[in-house]
Amino acid sequence: MTEIFWLIPFVPAASALVLILFGRRLPKRYVSFQACGAVFVSFGLAAFSFFGLLNTSPEHGPLIKTLFSWIGVGAFKAGFSFQFDPLSAIMALVVTGVGFLIHIYSVGYMSQDKGYTRYFAHLNLFTFAMLVLVLASNMVLMFVGWEGVGLCSYLLIGFWFEKPSAAKAGMKAFIVNRIGDAGFILGILFLVMTVGSSEFSAIAAAVGNGLLSQGLATLIAILLFIGACGKSAQLPLHVWLPDAMEGPTPVSALIHAATMVTAGVYMVARLNVLYTFSGTVGPIIALVGALTAVFAATMALVQNDIKRVLAYSTISQLGYMFIGCGVGAYAAGIFHLYTHAFFKSLLFLAAGSVIHALSGEQDMRRMGGLKKYLPWTYPVFLVGAVAIAGVPFLSGFFSKDAILTRAFGQRQYVIWVLGLAGAVMTAFYMFRLIFLTFYGVERLDPEAKKHLHESPKVMTVPLAILAFFSITAGYVGLPAVLGKKADVFGRFLEPVIKPAAEGHLGLGTEWFLILISVVVALLGIFIAHTFYLKKPGIPHGLVARFPRIYKLIYNKYYVDEIYDGAVINPLITGSEWIYAHFDLKVVDGTVNNSASAVGFFGKILSYLQTGLVKDYALIFLLGIVIFIGVLLF
Amino acid sequence: MIPASYFFLLSVVLFVLGIIAFFLKRDLITQLMAVEIMLNAANLAFLALAKSSNFLDAQVIVFFIITVAAAEAAIGLAIVMLIFRQKKSIKTEDMRSMKG
Repeated sequence: MTEIFWLIPFVPAASALVLILFGRRLPKRYVSFQACGAVFVSFGLAAFSFFGLLNTSPEHGPLIKTLFSWIGVGAFKAGFSFQFDPLSAIMALVVTGVGFLIHIYSVGYMSQDKGYTRYFAHLNLFTFAMLVLVLASNMVLMFVGWEGVGLCSYLLIGFWFEKPSAAKAGMKAFIVNRIGDAGFILGILFLVMTVGSSEFSAIAAAVGNGLLSQGLATLIAILLFIGACGKSAQLPLHVWLPDAMEGPTPVSALIHAATMVTAGVYMVARLNVLYTFSGTVGPIIALVGALTAVFAATMALVQNDIKRVLAYSTISQLGYMFIGCGVGAYAAGIFHLYTHAFFKSLLFLAAGSVIHALSGEQDMRRMGGLKKYLPWTYPVFLVGAVAIAGVPFLSGFFSKDAILTRAFGQRQYVIWVLGLAGAVMTAFYMFRLIFLTFYGVERLDPEAKKHLHESPKVMTVPLAILAFFSITAGYVGLPAVLGKKADVFGRFLEPVIKPAAEGHLGLGTEWFLILISVVVALLGIFIAHTFYLKKPGIPHGLVARFPRIYKLIYNKYYVDEIYDGAVINPLITGSEWIYAHFDLKVVDGTVNNSASAVGFFGKILSYLQTGLVKDYALIFLLGIVIFIGVLLF
Repeated sequence: MIPASYFFLLSVVLFVLGIIAFFLKRDLITQLMAVEIMLNAANLAFLALAKSSNFLDAQVIVFFIITVAAAEAAIGLAIVMLIFRQKKSIKTEDMRSMKG
């Protein structure tokens, strides 16, 4: 019975197919029912399989269901096969669970949109692709899901394609991801070349029996990590994610916070055997993650667009997940992925609720004092902010602390300090957002204020559920100080992720680290409180004091401009040059010249065509004479 | 008995005369007549062959040729007439509209 897990991705797929083919003729109510229902059925199946998994012994190995043999070239085979083990179970539950709530929320958020059916068709399609990604049992099928989510991300970022900025953002996301995917494909090809199979079990076996040399493993790990950098918006490929906020807010919540962008983390955790084996890649990943965490957090400090703050925050939190993977704490990385899915989608959806209430306003400079108008949105937003800031007893605290403790335990002190710096900034920018949006003087547009309203139930109830999980989700992975058995989450993942030798930390050290985390979170909140409530003059003073630094950060370190200057403009001018000199002259020249050569010879031959019947007859005669002559002699 | 080769010779002479006439004359009616002469030269050759080798098929072919020649003459003259109506001329030099 537990075999039915392979149906999980196909329910949303069927729904998406129906909506794409017949969606135009279906009534809106039915569309919402089917789209949400399909994801809910998926969630039910995932939960069912999950409980089935709990009851089987871990020695049993992962459940694998091969639907059909897909590629068979010589010795290489790739099946269309799914795998269900603790890691994919958690991912499937997050994707379908959070996805279901976001579908419900979208019913309210998108109710006035004329692309309603198209929206849900793409959202279902995305769910399908993401589930293929997390349930695939080999790299090739995983790549199908990987590209599938990329495509859906493109479609949904550019959902309002009439807006040029949205269409551009969609293309940017797609193209930046291509760069990462080039590395990803190369990694898969190297794997196939050396291991002869892309099944996860075969990869693990190849590492175990020495089929894979360490150098090659490092190369493959790095290439795959480049793919992860693209998908998970790590330095230096992070530029697409902030622009992706052009899409509808629930899309940002589902794709660009909870699920798709975490695919890179999932992939690294899935191949943890390979990454552990390669040895040298881990520190690189940790460093990239830590730099991204800090770098993105600084950019989040000064953004004025409510969704962009959250976008940079997502990049930063993804950095933490990679720190976890980099220092060998794969389980902690996945744990952060799981808690982050709840509180970040909560924050996005709550931000969407604010935007909805203000008739589309996203600039925090035209918000403020919304606390009393949005009695539902405000508390859930606060819960999300507290959770992400790392205040104790909420989910974000446990997962972030697990990562940082492990980094400290591995003696990666630089990473640890960077992580703490990021944590201060996280707390600061989240509460800056809260204070600017919900407290202080109202700076609303009078027109928007007239229509100011709390969101309908269909939007607030999913928010409340997500808020509940943002608080409680962390309790499955309590820190080690509370007992060896406290980390249920890590122990559940053990069949997939072998717990590394613990960096033995004394009980005192562990408590000390937890204390530092708490202090850091509260410090960030305190600074935000001083800056934006007590003495609102300070931020302006700082800006006036350090105008250069402010400009640098406000313009996102000019990364986009650097790419424009270093890559895009040379490409464009180069292309124009090639167009002018190669296309116009060589390619068009070849075509045109061969045409005029044919014309020229035609002209010459046409002199034979005099129009006089007599000449033709003469040619007949000559022909016959020659013919007979040849026959006779 | 006149030998068959005389008939063949006559046939060849007639045929060559037809060709020469066809190329030297400039009006369509004379050219049509030249074509008829060539056809009849062929007829003569067939008959000579039939006579000399008791080969009856050749005589049958002659009947076909006579029929075709009659039809050709009728259509040819009709075309010449139509051309004359349009161009007021039956000189071949005046017909060059098919020049490439």
